[in-house]
Amino acid sequence: MASLQAMTALGAHGAAVVEIGPLRISERLDVALASVAARRGRMADLAKTAKAAGIPLPEPARHQSGEPYSTFWVAPEMWFVEAPYSSHELIADLLKTALGDAASVTEQTDAWVVFDLAAPNLSPVLERLCNVDFQVVAEGYATRTVMEHLGVYLIKRGPGSARIYGPRSSAESLLHALETAAAAAF
Amino acid sequence: MSQSHRIDAKLAGGQIDRTRTLRFTFDGIPYQGHPGDTLASALLANGVRLMGRSFKYHRPRGPISAGSEEPNALVELRTGGRQEPNTRATVAELYDGLEANSQNRWPSLRFDAMGINDKLSTFFAAGFYYKTFMWPKSFWEKLYEPIIRRAAGLGSVTREEDPDTYDKGFLHCDLLVIGAGPAGLMAALTAGRAGKRVILADEDFRMGGRLNAETFAVGDSQGADWAAVSVAELSAMPNVRLMTRTTVVGAFDHGIYSAVERVSDHLLTPAAGKPRQVLWRIYTGHAILAGGATERPIAFENNDRPGIMLAGALRAYATRWGVKVGERIAVFTNNDDGLRTALDLQAKGVDVVAVIDSREGGDLLPGIRHLRGAEVIDSTGSLGLKSITVRQSNGRSETIAVDALGVSGGWNPNVNIHSHHRSRPVYDASIAAFVPGQDGPQGLLVAGAATGAMSTHAALKTGRDAAMAALGLGTGPDLPQAEDAPVRITPLWHVGHGKGRAWIDQQNDVTVKDVKLAKQENFTSVEHLKRYTTLGMATDQGKTGNVIGLAIMAELTGRSIPETGTTIYRPPYTPVAMGTLAGRSRGKEFKPFRLTPSHHWAKEQGAVFVEVGNWLRTQWVPKAGETEWRQSVDREVLATRKSVGICDVTTLGKIDIQGTDAGAFLDRVYANTFSTLPVGKCRYGLMLREDGIVFDDGTTARMGENEYVMTTTTANAVTVFRHLEFCRQCLWPEMDVQLISTTEAWAQFSVAGPNARKLLQKIVDQDISDAAFPYMGAGSITVCGGLRARLFRISFSGELAYEIAVPTRYGDALLREMLAKGAEYDPIVYGTEALGVMRIEKGHVAGGELNGQSTALNMGLGKMVSKKKDAIGMVLSQREGLTEESGYRLVGVKPVNPEAKLTAGSHFLETGAAAVAENDGGWLTSKVYSPHLGCDIALGYLKGGDRKIGQRMRIVNLLAGLDTEVEIISPHMFDPEGERLRG
Amino acid sequence: MIIHHPILGPRDAQEFVYLGDATLIDRPDGMTAGVEAFHDYLYNRDNPAGEHRELWYHEQGDRSWLVVTRNTVTHEITKVELARDVARARGRTK
Repeated sequence: MASLQAMTALGAHGAAVVEIGPLRISERLDVALASVAARRGRMADLAKTAKAAGIPLPEPARHQSGEPYSTFWVAPEMWFVEAPYSSHELIADLLKTALGDAASVTEQTDAWVVFDLAAPNLSPVLERLCNVDFQVVAEGYATRTVMEHLGVYLIKRGPGSARIYGPRSSAESLLHALETAAAAAF
Repeated sequence: MSQSHRIDAKLAGGQIDRTRTLRFTFDGIPYQGHPGDTLASALLANGVRLMGRSFKYHRPRGPISAGSEEPNALVELRTGGRQEPNTRATVAELYDGLEANSQNRWPSLRFDAMGINDKLSTFFAAGFYYKTFMWPKSFWEKLYEPIIRRAAGLGSVTREEDPDTYDKGFLHCDLLVIGAGPAGLMAALTAGRAGKRVILADEDFRMGGRLNAETFAVGDSQGADWAAVSVAELSAMPNVRLMTRTTVVGAFDHGIYSAVERVSDHLLTPAAGKPRQVLWRIYTGHAILAGGATERPIAFENNDRPGIMLAGALRAYATRWGVKVGERIAVFTNNDDGLRTALDLQAKGVDVVAVIDSREGGDLLPGIRHLRGAEVIDSTGSLGLKSITVRQSNGRSETIAVDALGVSGGWNPNVNIHSHHRSRPVYDASIAAFVPGQDGPQGLLVAGAATGAMSTHAALKTGRDAAMAALGLGTGPDLPQAEDAPVRITPLWHVGHGKGRAWIDQQNDVTVKDVKLAKQENFTSVEHLKRYTTLGMATDQGKTGNVIGLAIMAELTGRSIPETGTTIYRPPYTPVAMGTLAGRSRGKEFKPFRLTPSHHWAKEQGAVFVEVGNWLRTQWVPKAGETEWRQSVDREVLATRKSVGICDVTTLGKIDIQGTDAGAFLDRVYANTFSTLPVGKCRYGLMLREDGIVFDDGTTARMGENEYVMTTTTANAVTVFRHLEFCRQCLWPEMDVQLISTTEAWAQFSVAGPNARKLLQKIVDQDISDAAFPYMGAGSITVCGGLRARLFRISFSGELAYEIAVPTRYGDALLREMLAKGAEYDPIVYGTEALGVMRIEKGHVAGGELNGQSTALNMGLGKMVSKKKDAIGMVLSQREGLTEESGYRLVGVKPVNPEAKLTAGSHFLETGAAAVAENDGGWLTSKVYSPHLGCDIALGYLKGGDRKIGQRMRIVNLLAGLDTEVEIISPHMFDPEGERLRG
Repeated sequence: MIIHHPILGPRDAQEFVYLGDATLIDRPDGMTAGVEAFHDYLYNRDNPAGEHRELWYHEQGDRSWLVVTRNTVTHEITKVELARDVARARGRTK
């Protein structure tokens, strides 16, 4: 596969970094992602195999970090599992092997654009984008929400740290929304 | 004579910064004011009382208030794209360089030609339009309406684009306090000190409410100072958010409020990146309405002259802004609060020449001419008040020269937001006003003057108590000492004298006479009164006029005020600009764009894009020398059919369906069968709605025993997914099926044409010969030396064709690689137009045929609906009306004369039949020019069409003036045997 | 409106897509029921001014279909259930 060069969701060949006032938006190209859904009636089996493989399966609306796998809840008995892209480009195959027939696994890596947000306080920018009460929710809170008409996943990593998964095809629109909200907020 | 009406700073310093001067213009004339002024206070300080012309009669008008209730002083602010009509001068914060203009006048504010309407007022009474302009009907649109629209109305709208931006946002709190007067501040202090999350919002740019306009003490300090200290304490609390210039405009279900924050309205231009306004959606645990009260006037003849104001407004201009509205001032009141105005003004050195008190008996004010049992019955002064006529208790009339008159008819609690969920206010005779009723918005409490608690002490106490009640607090702060004067009022709504006009609703020019007329015509219900006279229907929603109007109706009908009742208020509390409601959703930011993996390549090539939903798809890719779109499209079609073409089809919805029941599930959601599909194959699927109409179509591939990949149309990707979740969760919850969208995860290209396989074989690592990868084959492959990919041998063009998918990040590179590696085959990239041409040549259905009204039978796909299994839509597709043999069938159409043009939407008619609805045989759904056939071709739904193949008919389009002889042919107009795609 | 999602707690109704009467769960079996039964199922609905059980889809959330009991006059929501649980309770095991 050496002959094909990857292009980012923003149409570039390297990760974007944008700074607006105190906010730093960093595109992440090093995240592999896959969905894991329990087969009907197989939750107990999945819990067992996931535990053995070191794959966290957090409670609803939660993100749980681990090495190499970190996971956030997306739907009843369904999670998105993250891992380093360099070692886990074939994350779906790796998870299928680890979890067996207790789960349905689907590659999601390139379905999303990933932005990490960092600022001393993210509330002023996020309150212009979505209805999540970012100030109050606990660290590790993970939810789907809407930003400028786009369905995204928002994960709180700290009072000044968050990760956003947005639809890849709308990466430019999402970044534009983040930038304009930040310019208005800060 | 700059700021001639500013009171000496020693007597009334006011909350303005006299050390700084702001320059502004009104109707082009330069004036000066100070920071802290409103446009109205600054104009009044310069002796300008005339600020506008009334809506209907073009009467000269000045402000009657000092707040957002203002009906008269509506002006246009700014110029160019920022010009904003109908803004209230009484709340427009002054800034250096403000340009304001009066409106609804021509040629000038002082001489307005349409002032003639005032002389013809008899013709413009309530209901005049309804009665007069009824006949003849055709005159309405052409004659009456244009004339009326020119004569009546308010400001003008700019034709330029607004250069500013508007934001939306979301806030959360335990307690939202609406209004920062004494009640609101006390509520916020109570909740804030208890550690609760509080939002305190006030429409004013300075918090304090009426405390800023009054002279009495709160605790040891002036009320305004106590407010400032309280605001400072609150602003130091991290759990409290103070929002000035923020109007809560509506209460919505379950504790949601909306508020407009005017971030930049007080600036010449917004700071870089900052919006002009923000529309906030506020999620609250509880809310307290502490919106205060609005004074109302008393109606008397010619009570609308500039210089006649609400008494409390006169007091506010003097106390807060250091402005005396006139040199000789009188006050007309029916209650004690009016007396306070007289005393406050006198203390500031203003010449108060008389207090006309409609109440009989009682104490007289010291040092002021206080007339008891007297009424103001008329006034003079064409462009501003010159004198009033007073009828004394002994019946004698007296003319008093004054240039300002304060009128107080009592105070109405601002119940507006409390009635946004249809709660009806109730009449409280003790204050002669309506107070909040039962069943207000859930979680909303009311405090202060908004409840009818009019004293400062009562405001502080009810504010604290409401916060304690809302939040379940056991204790609250001690209350500072404050005045606790009772309300003493003897209602007087209008002065019964003379035949002239006495205004009630000054913005909509509704007079006492209009109410009498409404009564005479039996429009006696308050709702009828409102609609017949337009009372309260202007932009101020009748904040100053409504109660007087209904009280007069009560008098006229001999009913009590509670029996008469009141109309209620709707959101918004004050007008909201359209830009604020639109937020960021304007122009290119109207909605997000979705870009395909080949977008950047296509842009380099100068491709033309088309919006398909949010997607930008390549429509065609012009080559040098091509000047007209058809040249590019024809070339793309011919090149594909001759050799090979590539099209980005990533936009099609892709849904990953897994689970041990995945096949059985597909059998239920598709009309045809998928459980029997072998692994490694794909099949065209037809999805019906439960009513039997075709919902969507696409190919679905079986990638493994328990794993399918479904494709949907671009348009229906979201709704199909929603429908599948409905089927999975609500209809068949026991099935083992898991769903996830993978639309964006894979970049997918159609590679079509006789050389498609040869080109792909240079990319794909595995053998894809016809034997190894037959027609309708599907599977996981690798490309370019090991990159995971998927290949589907499917065709939408009738050519030998594949769809190849790689992880999206490699889509751009894969396209470039295919073009480079396959250069010997002269591959071209084609867009949606060529795609459309080829699918129509081949007779495949798409948007025009999948129109939400058509069945599988209509499309010639009736045999696909299996009756051997239960599936969505199977039963109802067999309904009598949907299975008629003479029903619509998909046909192909070409003109008998190859030069003749077809138009989609044209109708089928038999030769010789009149072009009337009864003879309609159906319509053309899609039309293209076929470079292969050398003429226009079309698909269409024709009644009994399957039995009319080979016949000649007409295609008629009365709008386009088209009447063309056509031949009905099979929809499979290109390679009907399908030899090419199996090759 | 705020819908109290059984798993995720209070969520703004803006995140949901509305479908309608929750009796849409009670789909007849296409192999045994005829056109009449399906016609009834699809078109004949009550339209109460008052309490109404209705289907809402958490599209901008966790994709759960919910059965929301809502008063159509006051908008008061008295009960929210996962539609999957309701469907199972109503015997939709196959």
